[in-house]
Amino acid sequence: MSHQQDIKRIMHRRAFVGNALRVAGALGIGGAVAGLTVRKGEGRPWVWQIDPSKCIACGNCATHCVLDESAVKCTHSFGMCGYCDLCTGYFHPEPIALNSGAENQLCPTGAIRRTFVEDPYFEYTIDERLCIGCGKCVKGCNTFGNGSLFLQVRHDRCQHCNECSIAIACPSQAYRRVPADQPYLLKLREAKG
Amino acid sequence: MSRPCPLSGHRPKVGREKARVRVCRGGPRRRSGTPCLTSAAPSVHNRVRHGVLDLRIAIALLALWTLLSLPALAVERFPPPDFSNHQLPVTTVPPPQFAANPYVDVALLALALALASYLAIRRRSRRGLFLLTIASLVWFGFIRHGCICPVGSIQNVTLAIFDRAYAVPWAVAAFFALPILFTLFFGRTFCASVCPLGAVQELVALWPVKVPAWVDHSLGLLSYVYLGLGVLFSATGTAFLICRYDPFVGFFRLAASANMLIFGACFLVVGAFIGRPYCRYLCPYGALLRLVSRFSKWHVKIPPDECIRCRLCEDVCPYGAIREPTVATAVTERRRGRRRLAVLIGLAPLWIALGFWLGTRLEVPLSELHPTIRLADRIRQEQTGRVQGTIDASDAFRNTGRAPADLYRQALALSAMFRTAGGWFGAWVGLVVAAKLIHLSIRRQRNDYQPDRSGCVSCGRCFWYCPVEQAKQGWIQEVPGTGPLFGENSLPAEQAAGRKMDLSP
Ligand code: SF4
Ligand code: SF4
Ligand code: SF4
Ligand code: SF4
Repeated sequence: MSHQQDIKRIMHRRAFVGNALRVAGALGIGGAVAGLTVRKGEGRPWVWQIDPSKCIACGNCATHCVLDESAVKCTHSFGMCGYCDLCTGYFHPEPIALNSGAENQLCPTGAIRRTFVEDPYFEYTIDERLCIGCGKCVKGCNTFGNGSLFLQVRHDRCQHCNECSIAIACPSQAYRRVPADQPYLLKLREAKG
Repeated sequence: MSRPCPLSGHRPKVGREKARVRVCRGGPRRRSGTPCLTSAAPSVHNRVRHGVLDLRIAIALLALWTLLSLPALAVERFPPPDFSNHQLPVTTVPPPQFAANPYVDVALLALALALASYLAIRRRSRRGLFLLTIASLVWFGFIRHGCICPVGSIQNVTLAIFDRAYAVPWAVAAFFALPILFTLFFGRTFCASVCPLGAVQELVALWPVKVPAWVDHSLGLLSYVYLGLGVLFSATGTAFLICRYDPFVGFFRLAASANMLIFGACFLVVGAFIGRPYCRYLCPYGALLRLVSRFSKWHVKIPPDECIRCRLCEDVCPYGAIREPTVATAVTERRRGRRRLAVLIGLAPLWIALGFWLGTRLEVPLSELHPTIRLADRIRQEQTGRVQGTIDASDAFRNTGRAPADLYRQALALSAMFRTAGGWFGAWVGLVVAAKLIHLSIRRQRNDYQPDRSGCVSCGRCFWYCPVEQAKQGWIQEVPGTGPLFGENSLPAEQAAGRKMDLSP
């Protein structure tokens, strides 16, 4: 009889110790993870972005995104643009004429719109619905122009993969995580000094 | 001072010379004062407007000039005009769109976990678990594209520990912690019907075969190794390996590289015969949950009352997680077992030390995944003429104008880090092996057929098929015959199932 009671008491004590350990473990895990979250008060999400100063416009952005149509698009920093008549981001290296004929254009999808502003300036805007992020214009603009065209992950399209598939394929390590409330790395013209 | 344009003799505006370009964090909140992107460079000429022939000359000259002036990436060659009556368009910066609000996501995860635990442990409803599995597959898999998931979140948490600049988002932290907390109390109910990766495999486990115990145990160690690798590569900031080789996320997104789709398809085909191959032999989060589940407060129970030892549960578990009752062992046997255990425990530090030593030798293969080390290797090979030609990565490096020696130095520092990290990884593998051996040699006494707490994913098949349960639920009239149903005289499963029919009045 007393043996039975002993066993019961032991079981009881075991259950109590077990529960105490479990609660301690739960608090430990919860606390540690919460600590990581609130460290520096930055539990905000992060997203992927291209550092335009590293991008070499290799073309991988167009093909390696998990989306069929890449989340990366050409972005234009208008303040840097020279508004050139001969835009080397817009025109083929050897254009037949300086007009919007498809044979003169560098962009494979005709995503860049060229509009006349005032003599001799033309404005170039990107139609994001057409742009595939191939970076041909970016290369042209960087090589011969002001470099005002550059590639960016457009966050209205990006899926925010935990590991970006393009980042794996990027030869110049141009991808990095940035806080979601500052999700772009734009090229801007610095005030003249 | 400013040089005249070689073609038109035009002098660019003085003062624009020093114009610089910078990269700035844009978005709703802009921060200024970020470092300069390029150094000042003189503008060569202002505007080309001479006809196509001249254009070509100009381009050729410019090309030459650009080549000579590398690594200038963005150069203000053509001063932006000052328009009097033209408003420059604004560069749009659409804010990130998350497919679901993180609060909703985390709330749904908690709800699904609570529901799964309730269905597995209180309601004991296989049908309910199955429906929840499908719902989770649809929501966490196809709608949320299987990302972020607790399996991958291990890496975010690790990165946050090792990289001071990265703070793990709270929703990701919740995804990491919630299933572990639930497992601590209810067993792997997350795996039962919340995890989308588990759900796919649950649905294709059609003709499961029994995997021999030693194969099962050995392959099961792989998931701990994979966990170690996942932690190693995220801690060193190299890669998120677990995400990169997630076999099913491609199906959820309906997009992936051909290789990954084939990889995933292989898992599905194998999964038809070997239940949940990813869960059992690879999943690093499953490895964590297996450890935690061992200490869970509650766990699915097969017979609600006394086991009649019909072995139906053992037959029906596709994941080989049912442990049979133990036979009593002789005292001498038990004593020998205890001695073996003592030896194994004594050997454990040796395993760990051996692992550490072997791990430090893994420096080269491990560090090969790091882009900087790969680049340094490539540059060295190109410089010593061991490979011909260049690749995009080496071109990109040359364009930065950085000295190769600088890159080599960085690569060497990284290598040293990988040597240490490899050592810890090896020690971890040693510990896992030692723990496995110790665990295998501990004898436990079981009177009933019981699910193995770590291997069982709480899918509910075992109690669904259990005749005792069926009688209790009123699906059959009576528990089929009793008798000495274990040992030599145990009843084959088919017969026991047949008996169920005979007994209905
Ligand atoms: S993969 Fe990298 S280098 Fe290539 S276009 Fe994209 S960001 Fe630029
Ligand atoms: S050239 Fe390529 S990157 Fe540039 S606008 Fe066209 S599609 Fe987009
Ligand atoms: S994070 Fe995913 S969706 Fe976004 S750019 Fe990278 S691969 Fe594409
Ligand atoms: S073992 Fe891993 S993949 Fe399988 S259900 Fe559990 S968490 Fe998901």
